[in-house]
Amino acid sequence: MTIGVKKVARPERMSFGESLYLLEIMKGLAVTMGHFLHNIAHNKEIPTIEYPEVRRVMPARFRGCHRLMKRPNGAPRCVACYMCATACPAKCITIVAGESPDPGVEKYPVRFDIDMLRCVFCGQCVEACPCDAIRMDTGWYTPPEDTREKLIYTIDGLLEK
Amino acid sequence: MTPLFDIGVAVARIAVFFAFVLGLVVVMTWVERKGAAYMQDRRGPNRARILGLTLGGVFHPLADALKFLFKEDFIPDNAHRFFYQLAPMFALAPAILTIAVVPFGPPVTIAGKTIALQIADLNVGILYLFAISGMAVYGVVLAGWSSNSKYPLLGGLRSASQMISYEVSMGLSIMGMLMVFQSVRLSEIVLGQGELLFGILPKWGVVVQPLGFVLFLTALYAEANRTPFDLPEGESELVAGYHTEYASFKFSMFMMAEYIHLVVGSAILATLFFGGWQFPYLADKGFLFPGGISVALPAAAVLVLRIGSFIGKTVFFCWLYVWVRWTVPRFRYDQVMRLGWKVMLPLSLLNIFVTGLVLLLIDKGGF
Repeated sequence: MTIGVKKVARPERMSFGESLYLLEIMKGLAVTMGHFLHNIAHNKEIPTIEYPEVRRVMPARFRGCHRLMKRPNGAPRCVACYMCATACPAKCITIVAGESPDPGVEKYPVRFDIDMLRCVFCGQCVEACPCDAIRMDTGWYTPPEDTREKLIYTIDGLLEK
Repeated sequence: MTPLFDIGVAVARIAVFFAFVLGLVVVMTWVERKGAAYMQDRRGPNRARILGLTLGGVFHPLADALKFLFKEDFIPDNAHRFFYQLAPMFALAPAILTIAVVPFGPPVTIAGKTIALQIADLNVGILYLFAISGMAVYGVVLAGWSSNSKYPLLGGLRSASQMISYEVSMGLSIMGMLMVFQSVRLSEIVLGQGELLFGILPKWGVVVQPLGFVLFLTALYAEANRTPFDLPEGESELVAGYHTEYASFKFSMFMMAEYIHLVVGSAILATLFFGGWQFPYLADKGFLFPGGISVALPAAAVLVLRIGSFIGKTVFFCWLYVWVRWTVPRFRYDQVMRLGWKVMLPLSLLNIFVTGLVLLLIDKGGF
């Protein structure tokens, strides 16, 4: 059954039948039984999404968990410029830069940690990145974990996504 | 031999009916959750699984019971320890005791002895029922008071005033039935309902006492603390009402008490107003329809039909409880009190007066 907003007219005074209350209860019972039988007969139409097994398909521009992009040779595209860490209002990005072994690239991130417990999913890091190395297009919101450490995403995990 | 037989029969009756009631309680917790879900366009419980089977969540009561058993049995520091532990017992015991007087089938003859299918055929029947079910309020009040916390206290207070108010109209609404059937013994009331009114209608309580039925139904809902009268629990305002501070199996005892009240209430509604184990137009030898048509049936079939009729009625009223709960919103507190004292009480008195008048006229007119 579809869910929608229904305008219910509320009269100033109740009619005799309405003030008896019992008749109105009967009508209400008919409504709930209607829903009950309809949902039994059309089980598939219940709008519930069976969450862990079935996931809602997020819109294309949904800002979800981050991922780091790779160069064609597999190295991280990130040049450790600290633009994202600077732009971040929640100060959740920690970068440690190192000298890249590739002569064509100056720096690369030795560490690139995002603390998902602090992240506010604003997307400023993505805006700030000069080389499109960080994106938030995984379509995932932060999954639940049982320790805080698991929610600090490191560079390996971020590159894999 | 004979005393042993009697003891065996007594134990068997208790075991069978108790198992039936508790089984229905377990099923009702599932029906309530699933029914609520389907009425609200949800799916309801469907996660507990055994061997990969969920079967629409029927294993959830089992999972709940296991969970309650293994939870920490917590007692708040400032609670009155003795009364705090006594309260769930006081809630559960009267609920279970009330099943004793409900006849769940016609008397049967085994080995030359007539056995009433009823745990105890008390001559005070209904009075016993009211006396015991009136005690249920102690459990709620004790729980509310001994928890030493504000929400349970408010829940307990509300429950006390509500149950006492509705006890009055509940007792009075049943008075008309007693006048019509001239007995407080439940087995005799059921037997009386087997007769036909004007030779067409079964003389069920709901036919001779329609107003009494509506009043009793309403009062029963208020007594069992069910929506629309669930102010003692009032989740949206009192957390969980009188059992807020209870955890573990003590909480589940309150829950069980509530559902036993529901099942026993349904059984009593079926017994008093819908003929108990009487099947319409079914006499001892088979069907006897008003037009003079009769269908003979073996005694065993009659017995099965009658017990089945009792179970069917009880299950229907259990479902009605659930159905009403997910249809009617909770009353405001002053509305509950107004309905109890200003509507139900005068109506039940009127019902007694009219019933008396009609009985007098029938008596004088020689109908």
